[in-house]
Amino acid sequence: MCRIKIMNNPISREILLDMYRRLYLIRQVELAIEERYHEDEMKTPVHLALGQEAVAVGVCIHLAREDYVFSNHRSHAHYLAKGGDLKAMMAELYCKETGCSHGRGGSMHLIDVSVSHLGSSSIVGGSIPHAVGAAFAAQYKSEDRLAVSFFGDAASEQGVFYESMAWAKMKRLPVLFVCENNEYSVCSHITARQPMIPIAQRGQAFDIPSETVDGMNLMEVYERAQQALNHVRSGQGPYFLECRVQRWRRHAGSGDPMREKYRQPDELHEGFFRDPVKDYEGYLSSGKMIKPEDLKQMQIEINARIDAAFQYAKESPLPKKEDLEKYLYS
Amino acid sequence: MPWTKLQIEREEPAFDENEGQNVRKLSYGEALREALDQALERDPRVYAMGQGVDDPGGMFGSTLDLHKKYGSGRVFDTPLSEEAMIGMAIGSAMAGLRPVSIHNRPDFLMMAMDQIVNEAAKWSYMFAGQVPIPLVIRACIGRGWGSASQHSQALQGLFVHVPGLKVVMPSTAYDAKGLLISSIADNNPVMFFEQRWLYKHKSYVPEHVYAVPFGEAVVKRPGKDVTILGVSHMVIEALRAADELAAKGIQAEVIDARTLIPFDEQTLLSSLAKTGRLIVADLAWKTGGFAAEVLAKVAEKGFDSLKKPPVRVAFPDIPTPASFVLEEAFYPGVPDIVRAVEGLMNG
Repeated sequence: MCRIKIMNNPISREILLDMYRRLYLIRQVELAIEERYHEDEMKTPVHLALGQEAVAVGVCIHLAREDYVFSNHRSHAHYLAKGGDLKAMMAELYCKETGCSHGRGGSMHLIDVSVSHLGSSSIVGGSIPHAVGAAFAAQYKSEDRLAVSFFGDAASEQGVFYESMAWAKMKRLPVLFVCENNEYSVCSHITARQPMIPIAQRGQAFDIPSETVDGMNLMEVYERAQQALNHVRSGQGPYFLECRVQRWRRHAGSGDPMREKYRQPDELHEGFFRDPVKDYEGYLSSGKMIKPEDLKQMQIEINARIDAAFQYAKESPLPKKEDLEKYLYS
Repeated sequence: MPWTKLQIEREEPAFDENEGQNVRKLSYGEALREALDQALERDPRVYAMGQGVDDPGGMFGSTLDLHKKYGSGRVFDTPLSEEAMIGMAIGSAMAGLRPVSIHNRPDFLMMAMDQIVNEAAKWSYMFAGQVPIPLVIRACIGRGWGSASQHSQALQGLFVHVPGLKVVMPSTAYDAKGLLISSIADNNPVMFFEQRWLYKHKSYVPEHVYAVPFGEAVVKRPGKDVTILGVSHMVIEALRAADELAAKGIQAEVIDARTLIPFDEQTLLSSLAKTGRLIVADLAWKTGGFAAEVLAKVAEKGFDSLKKPPVRVAFPDIPTPASFVLEEAFYPGVPDIVRAVEGLMNG
């Protein structure tokens, strides 16, 4: 059953397929990492975005190359949705010299300056003020660019989140705050951590237009993000999207959520976990946006790209020990 | 706090590095202001932010009226949100600006330790130098008038320990301007610590833009009998102590470290090779501070020069008390340095 409401305003086929390519790429990359992780060659903690892919895609599809994206430890989806280099990412997971951070960062610290992804922080909430700062820089230099800050529900417990929103509002900064609320912080359910006030309301407390979005529904993310970004781009100041998502795996690594003891009992049933990729595929096929054989071809190409990226990573050289102290200063 | 200013007027003797010379002089506070003014003028990417940078006091004069000259887009007040403000400065630096984040006291930087230590200090290394963070964080170490333990801390030791940060502590007006210029020009996060009692001291300060390099200590006063390495205000105390010691026939060589990271070991070791005796006069608690690091370096590389064990003159390892009687007992100064030197000279 297709759970996506068909939008009134037709979106170009080109954009719809672009979104699929990004979405499918992220899904397949994360699954491939999960599959190969036990080979113990990716010696870095991985926080997979499985289940949460639609948020990154639905937001980043609206962004120009110059628009900044700031992200966190669960950054693969944001990185790839923004157009980050796949080979460089994979090489970084293998901690190779050819990695996007030359093996100095690992999975939690991806970067691709060419698409205005200036690095991710693995301190929860740490990158939120960075996004505000980049937005400030854009305003300062009168540049037509904005910043998006991706973070999770636990980040909304950090004081810096509130400080950042307050200042962004005061200065009318071009920043979009996107909270991916998957209700878990490692094993800790949100009800154990926060008063049950919708996270979107925190934005409203600062008079920042805020909404809660079904983050498992790509078309809904697309539409709300478009609205939000239009607002931000028009110079009216920040916007806040709380996107409800489901984290398919453990905080780090793999794991079958149906067998995770920390999950709420009412979640442990077949059909609980929704699939944004499958749903979107259904949307495309029911809307006849693409022929099944063309979709298949697209998938084959993407999977081939992923295989090539793994190959590239495996064959790449490791950093040299003599270079241990390099890059301490710029 | 005007009371602190009055106390400083009373208790801190005037210090003019170029006493008797008919040259252009500025006070330490004026020199800081001139550095920032000239940086703002020359480089549109530079901006200054901080609580009260645009108020009538102008951060003890060091930012006075700069907001009028450059506008509130470039010199502006900030909320009491140190973590977000320094994080914002970091993000703006990533995006090409050159922020100067000004704080009344180093104590308040504790609110922003994640951004300073986990973020700014790491960004160059973590991302292999692709995104520099040209950020300057200025803070003024407090002292006196019952400021007490949360307004008197000298916390540079914490930052000296974190790779990726540079730590700068000028003791004179000349160095204040030159080192602030260098700090703003540096592409790395720089912790720039001043001291409240230095603000009125004067030096020759050229009007043109000049940079004092990092990693170069300076011999303020040559001597053959003992090396006194000073930090910040303790350099001035060491110079005063050297005067007293000279009257007693002891020639102390006073070195100003100027930058703690990077630190100029060579100047110190050369001096030690000559004198064989070392006092480190540190503006900080004794345990685990910069002075301890200096002693470690000396033990490693200057051991054979030592005629006597080295001595640290520093704050006692306690929070700073409010009562003026206890304050006086707390702060080391000229008598402690003189006593320490005499201890090294005897026997």
